[in-house]
Amino acid sequence: MLLLPSIAFLALLILVPMVQALLLSVQAEGGELTLEHFRRMSSDVAFSDAFRNTLVLLILIVPLQIALALVMALIVHSRIKGHAWFLYVYAIPLAISDLAAGILWLAIFTERGYLNTVLQGVGVLETPHTWLAYTDFATLLAAIVIAESWRATALVLVILIAGLQLIPRDYFEAADLFGASRLRRTIHVVLPLLRPSLQSALIIRTIFAFQTFAVVFALAGRNMPVLYGEAYNWYSLNRNPNVAAAYAVVLLTLTIGCTIVYLRVLHVGRAETTR
Amino acid sequence: MSAIPADAGPRPGSGYYLDRALVYGIAVFFTLWILVPFYLIALSAFSPRQAVFDYPKPLVPTDLSAETMAFFTNSRGVLPSVVNSLVVAVLTIVIGLALGAPAGYALARFQFRGKESFSLLILATKMFPISILSIPLAVTFLRLGLYDNVLSVALVHTAMALPFVILVTSGVFVAVSNELEEAAQTLGCSRWSAFLRVSLPLALPGLAAAAIFTFVISWNEVFAATILTLRNRTLPAQVLTTLTDSPLYYKFAGGLFMVVPAIVFIFFMRRYLLNLWGGR
Repeated sequence: MLLLPSIAFLALLILVPMVQALLLSVQAEGGELTLEHFRRMSSDVAFSDAFRNTLVLLILIVPLQIALALVMALIVHSRIKGHAWFLYVYAIPLAISDLAAGILWLAIFTERGYLNTVLQGVGVLETPHTWLAYTDFATLLAAIVIAESWRATALVLVILIAGLQLIPRDYFEAADLFGASRLRRTIHVVLPLLRPSLQSALIIRTIFAFQTFAVVFALAGRNMPVLYGEAYNWYSLNRNPNVAAAYAVVLLTLTIGCTIVYLRVLHVGRAETTR
Repeated sequence: MSAIPADAGPRPGSGYYLDRALVYGIAVFFTLWILVPFYLIALSAFSPRQAVFDYPKPLVPTDLSAETMAFFTNSRGVLPSVVNSLVVAVLTIVIGLALGAPAGYALARFQFRGKESFSLLILATKMFPISILSIPLAVTFLRLGLYDNVLSVALVHTAMALPFVILVTSGVFVAVSNELEEAAQTLGCSRWSAFLRVSLPLALPGLAAAAIFTFVISWNEVFAATILTLRNRTLPAQVLTTLTDSPLYYKFAGGLFMVVPAIVFIFFMRRYLLNLWGGR
């Protein structure tokens, strides 16, 4: 009754277009089934690059974000003076769009930008370095990893803080009583108890990593193709909704696969806690 | 939360102050890591256009000017796109609250069959890459005559915001005691008027937070807005589609312009941040 409108709406805007994406990707103009669009997608030179870049970014960014967020979460949770303020500041990037975040870091990494100014100022560089050139894949990749870590670590942070709040404070006090150092307490007491949140964060961030697009676009333009960006290019620049839909199907498959793993893990986690 | 004294945990001992200093050091480092890029983009956006070519860059404001920002807001298509962004956001808030608040209320008040499944549905939707569906939706909207229409963008944004609206409103109605509603009913109110006269006014600040978060989602969304529009761009879509041909100072001003409302609004709903992603 009260739920019906939202369920109907989500079905209409998620389930129906999912089926349509599938149809678009396998139908030829006459309506007969074809794999032509998938063939065009995979034979395009940008496809393998986009696939590889998306995975490389995922593998670099997700663990880094979880590590950063864990340190931030422990700081906020340690209840030092001003912890609420620190939480607010660390969470600000939650409100920043990926496009704006990319532009913010563009001001830093561009050739006449702030990074070169500072590095040359302290004598590390003799002349300004071109960080975002496609000829130097490593520094371009590093710039994107840094910008994405800045932007999306906040999401992991709020998941971990909520997880930390579920741990009874007695555990921390008991560990203190036995004279455990902060580091040992973290490794032996906090991390095992935080496992469900760490798993959630890992999988949610992995799913979002497939959606990396505007940060890359702002910093690298078309020099670093990613899957989401190629879907955009095929639709907007090449005016080919069918190949774009094929990309959508690939992305949906990856996402749904990860979501199923996530719900499984969540289910196992729940079963363990209720046992 | 803040009622707990800062050092209720460990007692001061040897190494305690050193330890504490280390924690503060890291905390301040992360604060700078988050805040410095904002400072630098503001500095860039409020320098004269010519300053974009200066090198080395001054790290303190030396020559503040609104010229770059004025250039951006006067650029072709920017002001209409800001208007479109606002219209889309307001539509998204209205549709989102109309659909989501009843569901949030139901989750907070009633036990029903399928409640667990509904929560899972919300969770799965939160993570779902809805924006990629704008590709098949664009084809449909084209057929329906809704393509390049702010309403179509607002519908997709609503689908993205809906799980968050439901989560925030359900948290809000859990906090507004059911007993007050029941008391009003014993005093002769119907269930509906008890809701209107008692729960709703108490829930207003929370509903406002849900509206603000919806605004932020819609204001920031770029992929679907770009796919679904051609002339009626929203601000991020306008900036994205002109990105490759526009000068650096245009990009910097655009970046700052997109960031400021988001920061202001997130400040007002900071209390609810943990609800959005933390709950399982």
